[in-house]
Amino acid sequence: MLILARWLSVIGLGLLLAGCGSSRSVKAAVKPEKDRKRAPEFSLRDDSGRTAKLADYKGKVVLLNFWATWCGPCKIEIPWFVDFEQKFKDRGFAVLGVSMDEDGWDSVKPYLENRKVNYRVVIGNDEVADLYGGVSSLPTSFLIDRQGKIAGVHVGLVSKSVYQNEIEELLEAQPGSQSAARHAAAVAWMAGGAK
Amino acid sequence: MLLLLPGWLAAQSSVLSVTAPPKLAAKKNTEVTARIAVQLRNGYHVNSNTPPDDYLIPLRLVWTSAPLEVQDVVYPKPKMEKYEFSEKPLSVFTGDFEISTRFKVPATAVPGMQIITGKLRYQACTYKECLPPKTLEVKLPVDILN
Repeated sequence: MLILARWLSVIGLGLLLAGCGSSRSVKAAVKPEKDRKRAPEFSLRDDSGRTAKLADYKGKVVLLNFWATWCGPCKIEIPWFVDFEQKFKDRGFAVLGVSMDEDGWDSVKPYLENRKVNYRVVIGNDEVADLYGGVSSLPTSFLIDRQGKIAGVHVGLVSKSVYQNEIEELLEAQPGSQSAARHAAAVAWMAGGAK
Repeated sequence: MLLLLPGWLAAQSSVLSVTAPPKLAAKKNTEVTARIAVQLRNGYHVNSNTPPDDYLIPLRLVWTSAPLEVQDVVYPKPKMEKYEFSEKPLSVFTGDFEISTRFKVPATAVPGMQIITGKLRYQACTYKECLPPKTLEVKLPVDILN
């Protein structure tokens, strides 16, 4: 009976921990972990000629943003992404821009310099766009979790707070950590109770 | 009309269409005007032929006109519209509009039916997203008379 009561209080602690995780004012809309698919790997050049691969970002939360210099709504997002890169990079976050400009760096380089873009940008191509479902309009952004899986997709302009909440949720998430913490608490409590 | 699409554009449906232009008939050493009727889906805009920013892709109609000679291409008067994503109003076309082209038929033109080809390049957006630039091919039948 005593053991049953202790297990019930452990379950209650677990429910309390779960409740603490959902206290944001704007609900983030990342997919549940079980529904996430692996982000396709690609290899593209950045402005210094180095090859950028998704594997370079292993263990990080990545905002993969397809954009172009001719895309007005994309222009709104760029200062947000500059801000996110600065604010979250020390917590394991990176923005990776994929420009779909047909004339490549000729348009993109001056554009980036003019806007003081602080994150990495590569020039995209048809093959990479196809890997990500065709990218039929811009901006299109994918939020990739620390396990390299797609946790969210946004087609078109959404608000900065939507991105920020989703990024923070992914940065805070530790896969399986919540159940592991509950298990550890229960084991410690049971061990303490057995003394 | 034929759509010329790079790979990553193929999935999108066209938001802009052109009505097949009627056949023109013109005598040698005269001028003739072709009017191309364009329809743009509701909620979309395309940059005009004179966008205010170098990064924006202008709408442009270019003819491979031989044996005719292009005198001028006249676009409609653009609308100046303010969008959230732009600090200043943009010069755009919306809805249905017409582009006219004045051709000269040279004295050396061979009489008979000719098809001349135009390429209409444009880039369309809504207030929150943009479609990649596209090129539409326009076929104009012209009967050259003596």
